[in-house]
Formats: sequence, structure tokens, C-alpha cells
Amino acid sequence: MNNVKLIKTIRDIPGDQYEQLAPGHRLCAGCGVSAMVRLVLKAVPDPKVVINATGCLEVATTIYPYSSWKIPWVHNAFENAAATGSGIEAAFKALHRKFGKKMPHVIVFGGDGGTFDIGLQSLSGALERGHDFIYICYDNEAYMNTGIQRSGATPRGAATTTSPAGKVIPGKMERKKSLIEIAVAHGIEYAATASLAYPVDLFNKIRKADAVKGPAVIHYLAVCPTGWRSDPALTVEIARLAVLTRMWPLYEVENGKYKINVFIKNPRPIEDYLKLQGRFRHLLKPENKWLLEKLKQDVESFWNYLVSKTKE
Amino acid sequence: MRMYVQPKLLLWLGRVNDMVKRIGLNGDEAVALAVKQANVDVIAAYPITPQTIIVERLSEYVNNGELDAEFVPVESEHSALSTVVGAALTGARVFTATASQGLALMYEILWIASSLRLPIVMALANRAFSAPINIHCSHDDAMAARDAGWIELFSESVQEVYDLTLQAFMMVEDENIMLPAIVNLDGFILSHSLADLYVFDDQEVTNLLRKDRPLYKLPIDFKKPATYGPLGLYDYYMEIKKQQAVAMRNAYKYIKEVFQKYSEVSGREYSPVKTYEVEDAEIVVIALGSMAGNLRTIAKSLRKRGKKVGVISLTLYRPFPEDIILKTLKDINVVVVMDRFPNFGAPGGPLFEDISATLYHLKKRPMLLNVIYGLGGRETSPKEIENIFERALKISKEGVMEEKEIWVGVRE
Repeated sequence: MNNVKLIKTIRDIPGDQYEQLAPGHRLCAGCGVSAMVRLVLKAVPDPKVVINATGCLEVATTIYPYSSWKIPWVHNAFENAAATGSGIEAAFKALHRKFGKKMPHVIVFGGDGGTFDIGLQSLSGALERGHDFIYICYDNEAYMNTGIQRSGATPRGAATTTSPAGKVIPGKMERKKSLIEIAVAHGIEYAATASLAYPVDLFNKIRKADAVKGPAVIHYLAVCPTGWRSDPALTVEIARLAVLTRMWPLYEVENGKYKINVFIKNPRPIEDYLKLQGRFRHLLKPENKWLLEKLKQDVESFWNYLVSKTKE
Repeated sequence: MRMYVQPKLLLWLGRVNDMVKRIGLNGDEAVALAVKQANVDVIAAYPITPQTIIVERLSEYVNNGELDAEFVPVESEHSALSTVVGAALTGARVFTATASQGLALMYEILWIASSLRLPIVMALANRAFSAPINIHCSHDDAMAARDAGWIELFSESVQEVYDLTLQAFMMVEDENIMLPAIVNLDGFILSHSLADLYVFDDQEVTNLLRKDRPLYKLPIDFKKPATYGPLGLYDYYMEIKKQQAVAMRNAYKYIKEVFQKYSEVSGREYSPVKTYEVEDAEIVVIALGSMAGNLRTIAKSLRKRGKKVGVISLTLYRPFPEDIILKTLKDINVVVVMDRFPNFGAPGGPLFEDISATLYHLKKRPMLLNVIYGLGGRETSPKEIENIFERALKISKEGVMEEKEIWVGVRE
């Protein structure tokens, strides 16, 4: 991937004069989504167009007659952001060829519900067809906009309103699926995970994703104080702990080649990450130790899998 | 009364005018040819019987370089409509096609497309809804779409399929209309029937349609960024819906202008409603789509026997041509409304309800009989059609109607 303009430090990120997400939106205090969106909009040059699946980001930034978006922004429905992005990309391609119109950068945002669950088919279709866009999944690990219901991205053991920590079933019993593995299976050129605690890594991954001719997928862990029952002041700290505990490995897959961007040699205990979040509190009780062990196994086995992939 | 241009006359015109060309196509191919000649920019579609030939032909046109467009081979109908919604926002000319289950899968996005006032043309090869799964004609899909804020056109011949597809582009791209349109063609009866038809030269179609882009009134513009599809709650939603309802009402006038313009250019007359022998009619039968021709054939033979019968078919179904229906039916004794749609517990089939609501405000109303026919491709024989006319004449004579709804051609 040549000719990609990467940055070295956080000081290289353009300043406030380049903000394209205006303040005054209604996302929660400490929300991990808006800070990421601002970084993405700074990393991708103009002209650009954003497509947004139904979800927190859409609802909180565009309450008619107000909008926080200083660039063209499109919301169609919940499950079809990738298909809508496909149409916009295809149309600009045709208009460019036939009428000499300028080709914009196309960015698609979807939450974990809109990506892992209801929108997975639409995303898979778009990846297979090879549309030139960046698909960014902001994953807060449940349906937060509708009130914290479990999704395919909810980690094992987490309590949500549809996987409550009950006496018989203490939280979500199933493992989180891997979006990046699904994306990579399409043979796309670039896919990566990202975290707010590593903004330079995030910024550069967006730049790489933008440089790819074809689809690229970014999977971003969006800390959600409301849904995770965490302190809004600790959002960045929790995001960092997710990486340091190996709960959220930062890695990228470029043309099938795996690379762990932040290699965690000696991981912090997972409990350090869990104890800051109300959704995991029950896991620290002795009677639920078996479930905590299962979660730990998930984390360990996926890390080992990643390490083995980097050696391929 | 509707004027028919005799094929012979057109053939003669063809000798003096290169623009008029007569060829053989089936309904699906006629759609595809019209779409190609319209020089669309983006096509997104998913194959479903009986619409498949449309997407096959369009793929050929694109892959052979006969049409410069992006063909997006989506993984579902939901994505097909979602893709053309995105594409239309850029100001491109867009097209999709589907049938039955595909329309059902698109349903959510139908409402978004019309609410965004997007110039989208969709061909709908009418097919029955499952279950049981059936690939043949009913108007289930067309009726499912009727409240979604789209213009709906019904064709009764392959010629009309071609003509209405072109007119649909003229309508949706008219800045006074700016609403999406569905062109209905009866599955298999029109989609797969080979017929001879008159088609334009490519250049003639180019002259008929807008050449500029963007076609959308408020396209994605990087100098004037806009937010499309925001959240609108109780403080604005109702005004937005009122505007949409008014837009649909206002569209009627401009749709009629498109019909008129196209009639002049093509020599084939188009209007919202086609009437046949209604002036002195005692009874009138109304239908949508390919049934209309059959009705006229039977009516013609009944007229020869001195029976005062007439026929109406609706080319334009939404917005509903109330004024013409009122004017045409006000002095009729008995009106038979034919619905190709099963009535599950409603006061009548959808067309029956439309006609009833339109006529209700008359002081002296015709008697109304609802006929359910042709579901899932069930044939309606000439004898059965004749019986419908005879039944209506009997009701007219006796002034008594025992049942207001009958199912024709069904085993009891």
C-alpha cells in the first residue's frame, strides 16, 4: 500500500478547523462513537459522502430540523447501509464516466446490530461486489439505541436487557462473532480493528482503508457508558484496557496478511476490564466463575489464533 | 372514447418515418429495451420469475457495451431498492424491477423512496404472493404497493409495457412530480408473451427524456451538503407527510400532461382511464391490466346483440383518477369491479373499495358488484367473462343484487 499519507503522532491529526461533525449532537456523555467519527472525517479527504445505518449515531446527530453533519450524509434504513453505499458509489462511477462528475470518497457507518445481525447480508453482498468504500462498524456490543438488547456482537457473559444476568442464565451464553474474519473471507484488500485509545493507529487505518480500491472494513470498539454501565470519564481508559487485556486485539489484514498492531506480551487480567462495567459485574461473583472462565478461554483462543495467522 | 391508431396506418407511417419501427418482443424485453433507450445510469436488480428476462437483457446490454450503465447485481430485492435509492440521491437515472415476494422484501424501502421524493422507475411483473408459492399472475404485489406513495401504472399489452416504461421516466423526472413510479405488467400474460409493437429509435427517446444530470431536485452536492433521511418526530413528521400527500394529488395534473405529450409524439393515445362504449351503457365492467382487452372483446360481441355494456380500464392507478371515474360512472346502473386479489375480510377488493369510495359522494349511486378472478394465473374464460356481463345486466334489470362479491373460476 504505497502513497498512503500516514501520521506519526497525535499532533499530526488536523485541528478543530477541520471538524465536520458539529457539536451539539445528542450522543451520550462519554460516547465512544463521536470521537471516532471526528477522526475518520479528518482522515478521509474531501469530497466525501457518509451513509449511516439506523442507530445511535444516526438518531443523535440528525434530529430534524437540525443536523451535525457538514458534509453530505445519507440515512436509508437499518439493514441496508452497505447497499445504499453501493448505490451511491455505483452512481458516482457512472456519472463520472458519462458526465465527468467528481468521484467522492464513500464512508459507511453501521452499529453492531446493523452490521453483525440485520445488515450482514447487505454488507456481504457489497463486499463481494467490490464497491469502493470504507465500511466502519462502530461496535458497542448491543442494540444500545433501542435500550441495550443483545446482538451477535455482545461478548459472552455480558448482561443486556434481553440477556439479563438471571439466576439460571447469567447473561449472554454465546460467544461474540468475528466481523473481521467474515470480512476477510470475502477476499477484500483491507480489514482492521480499531480503538479510541490508539488514535494514531485508528487514523492511519482509516487512511489505509481509504487508499484501497475496493471495499475496506474497519471494526471499531465503541465504549458505551450507558449500555455498559461505566463511568463516562473512563471511556478512553476502558478502551485501552480492552486492548491490554487482549479482549480487543488491534490487528489488520492486508491482502490476507495478518498483523497485530499492538502486541500484548503480558496481558492485564481480564477482571481489570470487567470490573469497570456494570454489564459484567455478575461475572465476578463466585457462582458465575465458570462463565468467566469460558470468556477467558474465548479471549485466549482468539489471541492464539491471531498469533498463528501472523506466522502464516 | 379512446382512439386506436390502426397498426396498418402505423406501418404505412413507418415507410415515411424511420422513427417508427415494428418489432416482436415479450413484455420483459419491452421493458429492457425502453430502459436501455432511456440511457439509465444505474440498474440494481435481483432475479425473480417472471421478471428475470428484464435483468438478463439489461445485463446483456451493459456487458455488450450497448448501454453505458452500472449494473449492480445485488444479493436481494431489499438491497436492489436500497441501492437505487442511494443512486437516485446522486441525481443519476435509475431503474429496478421485481415481482411478488421481491416486492414484499422491498416493502420497507418503498416508503423511504417515495418519502425522499426520488425519481425511481420500477417494473413490477405482477405475480401472486406465497403461500402456496406460485409464479403466475395476481395483483397482490401491485396492491401491496398501492399505499406506499408511488405512482402506479398498469399496462394491458406489450406495447403499453414499452410505452408506459418510457412515460414513467418522463413522470418521475418531471420537477413538478418527483415521485417514484411502478409500471405493472401481468406476470407471464404480458411478461412472457411475444407481441409485435412499435418502438422508437434511440434518438427519439433521447429527445423525449431529460438529458441533463442531476435529475433529482436536491442531489448530493459537496458544495451544498445536505442531510438525507434524518429523524423526524411528532413536531415535524405530520407536515412532511401532508406535503407528500399534496405532492401525490398535484402529480395527477402533470401525469396527464406526460400522457398527452407522449400520445402526440407516439401517435398512441394515453390517458389515466380508458373507456369503451360507456356513453350509453347500462352496465360497466372495470379491470386493471391485461384483462381489459378481453373485456372489450366480449363487450363488443354483446353490443352487436344490442346489450348496452361498457368497459373501463385504469392505466393510472395511483394517484387515483377520481374525477374521470366519477364523470364516467355517474349515470351507470351497475358497475362491476374486477379485483385480481383475494379479499381477506375487507368490505371488498382494493379496486372495489377505491371505486366505492369515489362514487359514495354521488346522490344517485350505481349498484356495485365485486368480482374476484384470475388468482395465481387462473384462467378466466370468455364464457365466464360473458356471464359477468350478463349477471350485471340482470341486476340492472331487476334492481336486486343478492351477493356483492363473487369469485369467478373457482371450484366451490
